[in-house]
Amino acid sequence: MSSPDLSLLPAAARQPAADPRARRRRAAAWLGAFALACACPAVAPAAVALGAPFPKLAPSDLTGGALPATSGKVVLVDFWASWCAPCKASFPAYAKLFADYAARGLVIVAVSVDENTAAYAAFVQRFRPPFAALHDRQQLLVRAVNVPAMPTCYLVGRDGRVRFVHAGFHGTDTERELRREIDALLAERR
Amino acid sequence: MKTIRLQPAAAALLAVLGFTVFGGCTNAGLVRVHPWERATLADYTMRPDRDLLATAIADHIYTSRESATGGRGVGGSGCGCN
Repeated sequence: MSSPDLSLLPAAARQPAADPRARRRRAAAWLGAFALACACPAVAPAAVALGAPFPKLAPSDLTGGALPATSGKVVLVDFWASWCAPCKASFPAYAKLFADYAARGLVIVAVSVDENTAAYAAFVQRFRPPFAALHDRQQLLVRAVNVPAMPTCYLVGRDGRVRFVHAGFHGTDTERELRREIDALLAERR
Repeated sequence: MKTIRLQPAAAALLAVLGFTVFGGCTNAGLVRVHPWERATLADYTMRPDRDLLATAIADHIYTSRESATGGRGVGGSGCGCN
């Protein structure tokens, strides 16, 4: 039987145990390696940060309707799901924002992350949003963005960079903040 | 004190066994449910209080067993001290 490859272990763990002190050092090295494995974070994609370019909205990934033109516009991208109660509360607020700001250049793209297509369709049928409510059926976009909570909305500036992020929907507080931020973004020149 | 000296192969086997058994306890071994994957967790059937009768029965058993009238629903613990 060939000896195992211990090259990845700390140096102290690879040393032969000659005396009690060396054995203690080796035991400590093993414990250290195990503690390091415990502390090692699970591999996860990095979330889209403020100031970073928002991932490209690909029509092939988003089904359920036409993707509006977003180039050079202020875009509110909202990630929602039919099973998420705050998402339901957010739709009437987004409808009001759309009514007030669409003429000034705001585009709203609500992206459903539902795994159940029928649930997505029933939600859209019930709320009939005036803005684009598309379906990220394979959850490609939401994985790329790595949203921290449901719902999360991203306000993207005319330059395509994320300017504001709202994790969760907190009723009129969120709506008020969104209005202030949208006003600021629409006032910016390209 | 008698010390046990392990052969390198036995030590390696022991280490692999340890990582196999306790590896699930490590951060890397955890399965993370992302926010967009919680449809099943958000389902109504996952609520612990979805059945009013079952909740009432469970409360009755709990308060009877603990001899604490009022159980979870009343201030104080049933000791009469507050």
